[in-house]
Amino acid sequence: MEFHSAFLEAFFKWELIQRYFPAIMKGVGVTIEIAAAVVFTGICAGLALAVIRAFRARSINVVIVLFADAFRALPPLVLVLLVYFGLPNLGINLPSFAVLWIVLSLVLAAFCEEIFWAGILSIAKGQWEAARSTGLTFVATLAYVVLPQAVRLAVPPITNRTIAITKNTALGTVIGVGEILNQATTAQSFSGNATPLMMGAIAYVILFIPVVVLGRFIETRFRWRRA
Amino acid sequence: MEALRQQFFNLAIMERALPLLLMGLRQTALLCLLLIPLGLFGGLLSALLSRSRVRPMRWLAMVAIDFFRAVPPLVLLIFIYSGLPFAGLRPSPLTAVAVAFFLNTSSYYGEIYRAGIESIPGGQWDAARSTGLSAGQAMIYVVLPQAVRNVLPDLISNTVEVVKLTSIASVVALPELLYSADMARSVTFNSSPLVLAAAIYLLMLWPVVRLVSRLERRIAT
Repeated sequence: MEFHSAFLEAFFKWELIQRYFPAIMKGVGVTIEIAAAVVFTGICAGLALAVIRAFRARSINVVIVLFADAFRALPPLVLVLLVYFGLPNLGINLPSFAVLWIVLSLVLAAFCEEIFWAGILSIAKGQWEAARSTGLTFVATLAYVVLPQAVRLAVPPITNRTIAITKNTALGTVIGVGEILNQATTAQSFSGNATPLMMGAIAYVILFIPVVVLGRFIETRFRWRRA
Repeated sequence: MEALRQQFFNLAIMERALPLLLMGLRQTALLCLLLIPLGLFGGLLSALLSRSRVRPMRWLAMVAIDFFRAVPPLVLLIFIYSGLPFAGLRPSPLTAVAVAFFLNTSSYYGEIYRAGIESIPGGQWDAARSTGLSAGQAMIYVVLPQAVRNVLPDLISNTVEVVKLTSIASVVALPELLYSADMARSVTFNSSPLVLAAAIYLLMLWPVVRLVSRLERRIAT
């Protein structure tokens, strides 16, 4: 019984829940904003890079492949610290949320480029030839025949990757972006109590469980069914 | 241009930071040796539990998998490292990292194993059982070897993610590669140690990333 109340006191103190609820909600807002921005720019940039790669200009493709490989191999936290502490030395001062947004967008773009490209490659060569022989130009073939199928194939892996990278918004706490984790750890050190951390964790679960479940649904719905 | 060289590719500073970074690299390697087998084992466990014949067991496994996939690993790590002391437990940085990674990576590996096991047609089970193998033997000798082969690219690519993820251990002051590099950065006020650390990560992971790309492409066609 005593342990029980000590546990409640440390992790679910009602007074602190009331006091820090607005701060955590503010963090939720920041997390959603950055996540939405990253998802939009990351996926668009990834698709654009895959389309550029489809033109098969060798020198450009080397650059794209190098970019995609490097940003898939480097830990995002390394990139966040490098950009955050490095750019001011060059006289470029970016707010911390912009650093987080740019880095995570680049990482997502790198993964999306590879996934869309795999989708484009998986469209049989005969489809290209058939489309071209009906008089469609290269660009029209890409836009009306290849991409619609390639994008559909790419949906499940892109969904999973996007969910994983959106959760990396928590890394922003290291450079002081006021997202959920940052609000929670700040409140924890002010109050000397673990309740805000528990609130932060619960906020993440409420925010991401629907996304994870949706991801599972999309994965089964769009499973490799080639018509 | 000169500023760029001075601040990011300063060889003198890199040379001075190298011994520290190599010590960090050793910690990162040891972490990987601990965390990857732990995750592979936990993943197998959670995949088997999520296919258990006992319904409550199955639900419990599914809820746990979704829960730990929803919580960002850094949140989990900080919760364990600085939240649990309020409940009277004081995990060391290494214990906190091991527990957080076990919970997080097991659920990712678990989903991959599960997809692999589901990709094996039911006839294989029936055939294996009808030759007199027990359910456990059929799983170990017939289903799992094929399942793992089918999802090998995913297993490898998740392992790359685990290696990259070890960098968050720096947040709880475990002196791995990124922590050492950031220490060197804050002492020298120069980003070159971070660039050096990035180069080391690239050197380790680039070949694996290439390999994954090739494996995935072979399977897609």
